[in-house]
Amino acid sequence: MTIPDVKQKWANPINTVTIGAAKEGGGTRTHTISVGGSTTLPFLHFEGEIPHRPVVAMEILDIVPEDWHPLLSKYFSDVWDNPGKWAKKCVEEFGADLICLRLAGCDPDGKNQGPEEAATAVKSVLETTGVPLIIWGCGNDDKDNEVLPKCSEVSAGERCLLGSITEDNYKTLVALCKADGHKLIAESPVDINIAKQVNILATDLGLDAEDIVIYPTSGALGYGIEYVYSIMERGRLAGLSGDKMWAMPILCDIGKEVWKAKEAIVSQNEVPQWGSQEERGPLWEATTAYVYLLAGTDILIMRHPKAVKEVKKYINKLIV
Amino acid sequence: MALTGLEIYKNLPKTNCGDCNFPTCMAFAMQLAAKRVSLDQCPHVSEEAKATLAEASAPPMRLVKIGKDKNPLEIGQETVLFRHQEKFHRPTGIAIKLKDNLREGEIDKEVEEINGLKFTRVGEEISINLIAIEHTGVSAEEYARLVGKVKEKSNFPLILISPKPEVIEAALGVSSEGNPLIYVANKENYEGMASLAKKYRCPLCVEGKDLEELAERTAEIKKLGVEDIVLSIDSDRAMDTLQDLTRSRRLALEKKFRPLGYPTITFTTEKDSFQEVGQATTYICKYGGILVIEGKKKWQILPLLTVRQNIYTDPQVPNAVEAKLYEIGGVSSNSPLIVTTNFSLTYFTVEGEVTNSKIPTYISVVETEGLGVLNAYAGDKWSAEKIGKTLEEQKVKEKVGHNSVIIPGLVAVFRAELEEDFGWKVLVGPEEAARIPAFLKNEWKVN
Ligand code: B12
Ligand code: SF4
Repeated sequence: MTIPDVKQKWANPINTVTIGAAKEGGGTRTHTISVGGSTTLPFLHFEGEIPHRPVVAMEILDIVPEDWHPLLSKYFSDVWDNPGKWAKKCVEEFGADLICLRLAGCDPDGKNQGPEEAATAVKSVLETTGVPLIIWGCGNDDKDNEVLPKCSEVSAGERCLLGSITEDNYKTLVALCKADGHKLIAESPVDINIAKQVNILATDLGLDAEDIVIYPTSGALGYGIEYVYSIMERGRLAGLSGDKMWAMPILCDIGKEVWKAKEAIVSQNEVPQWGSQEERGPLWEATTAYVYLLAGTDILIMRHPKAVKEVKKYINKLIV
Repeated sequence: MALTGLEIYKNLPKTNCGDCNFPTCMAFAMQLAAKRVSLDQCPHVSEEAKATLAEASAPPMRLVKIGKDKNPLEIGQETVLFRHQEKFHRPTGIAIKLKDNLREGEIDKEVEEINGLKFTRVGEEISINLIAIEHTGVSAEEYARLVGKVKEKSNFPLILISPKPEVIEAALGVSSEGNPLIYVANKENYEGMASLAKKYRCPLCVEGKDLEELAERTAEIKKLGVEDIVLSIDSDRAMDTLQDLTRSRRLALEKKFRPLGYPTITFTTEKDSFQEVGQATTYICKYGGILVIEGKKKWQILPLLTVRQNIYTDPQVPNAVEAKLYEIGGVSSNSPLIVTTNFSLTYFTVEGEVTNSKIPTYISVVETEGLGVLNAYAGDKWSAEKIGKTLEEQKVKEKVGHNSVIIPGLVAVFRAELEEDFGWKVLVGPEEAARIPAFLKNEWKVN
């Protein structure tokens, strides 16, 4: 029986964003990573091209984490006093596609470190690893605007992905990216219109739409994931249908959300009916990732080595 | 699917005789389209037209029921491809698969383990829904005995898996009144399977090497009088299954393609636990009507059931609990008092932890239009003032004999105002509910 064709013809491909610069591109990375470029919804090979697979970045901090769970510290505590070593371990032992360096140490409510310390962390990660780098501020606008310029400067030409700009704070970072040749994470609070608005503001200042990755906020499985899932699906449909301000690749930052979820952090002693915590913790993180992959995420930021390994393995099963 | 007046009119006698109490056939058709009258009000409509109209007005994806009395499951009749367009209606039925090579003593243990796969999340009990029993080598009688045993030990509807009609028939002999799902009608056996489905009035899964062949087969089976069909979409590779699930959902809903207008059944094929959950998550999110899995460890099932609960939440309904003063446990005037929002997820998470702590506690739930702690704050749905007023309205002071209130760690900023303007002694609680029990034990004290 012949069946009707259900292929959809989409108006617009998702932008391709290339992170990292190798020697020929003026940087020192051993390779670059491209995301996006697809002309269809996630993994629908029958309908269009999916030139680049989703990638996994592993999260590291510029300071020794205070509240990372023992299930995580067991893998990292031997190296986490040194961002360079920590990054190297993530790449060499755990197969991270990228490193996400979060400058938690700059938080004024915490260690309140300055631009020099942050830049030192950036440099050490660039020295010990060859993968492309994501640099994410501490989330305090004023402090990030003070710290990130130095980080951008010491990594100029490396085409890092810098985070993050918001509706209220974008000018400094946009200028840095244009000057130093980086890419940008545009953040919005689970809101399809604000996501678009941030992109409009940034491109109005002359940033190329191809230099932007959308971060629509992330919630863990069981903690609001469905809201983010649907914002992502709606956004991706809009992008494919021709809305240039939603045609960017999408990033999900899940490690930090999952590792505060009860299902990941409580022991089997406390909740016997949930079974082994050794497995449950990383599986909660992996499952959160599995869900976002179907909504269209292109970059996942994760923490647990086993979750990272399994998610990468599963991605390869969805891509030819 | 709703028909237009014109489409209905084409099938009426077009005589304008008026026996339906409407002046013209067209007028009657318009009323029918608006669902204000029923077709039997026209005494002249032909049998053929009746069938055509019934068919055309049937929903694009059929509703299929599996099981009876205790734990029946309904799948199908979905209306959209993306949950934001309306909602997903019928949560994926999750089946645990057992094989027939179980030894006597193992059956009880396995079934008991399956019966225990239930959890409470957000005030709702979530559990698996079916048990699938796969025939591999034993005789038909032995298989039937196993099926009988599983049926006796559990309340879940069954899926009977075998390509051999005689094996299925033996099992139906002991289980058909429970309306099990038969798996599977294929190229070789479909006539036999269809006649069993008809005879025992049970739903039937249908298989084909691709969607084209599957469509042919469902059409043939429908001709044989079986309507309760479930499409087997079961390639070895998640990538292929995902695409076929998507195509069949689009065909049913967008093209109204009847031969594939049925719900689906899928199987995980990965042996590794994490990979299996990857496959299973994919099929829950993307159009699996029934998902059959083998892994049944609690730490695998909990995330899967949570994925299902999340994805099948109705996006149009704010998930809120009543804003009032809740009493958890045998409270007294010395019991701690905590405040939170009326977002169901927030409230039930907090309530669960309070229950865990075994310390009787008052929870004052503030009306925040169904938003969680930070969303209510960012969206101006609550404030120190609102909390202060809510505590007054709920007459909390008549119940508690102290002056202390615990607020969520994420809104520590409310503290000063609550203390200065409302005279409460404010304790800032932890940021995560999981730390509430320790907080109540170690930090709570009456002031
Ligand atoms: C899902 C979500 C939404 C959903 C709403 C879900 C809902 N019903 O609340 C939608 C999409 C509608 C939404 C909207 C908005 N959102 Co929103 N959203 C989220 C998201 C992803 C998850 C929130 C969630 O549900 N968490 C789970 C619940 C259970 O958490 P909770 O309520 O805090 O409860 C926990 C604890 O607080 C604790 N707890 C609760 N009560 C109590 C009580 C005591 C005594 C104690 C000790 C503990 C305790 O227990 C719970 C479990 O640990 C977060 C980001 C994130 N990952 O957290 C952003 C987030 C909360 N949103 C944000 C914003 C800004 C908004 C909007 C204002 C955006 C906009 N302009 O439209 C709107 C506001 C709402 C509105 N006006 O409509 C910001 C808030 C920023 C801030 N710090 O103030 C966040 C943090 C995203 C971000 N990083 O920017 N959002
Ligand atoms: S009774 Fe039937 S045939 Fe007569 S007018 Fe009504 S619809 Fe037409």
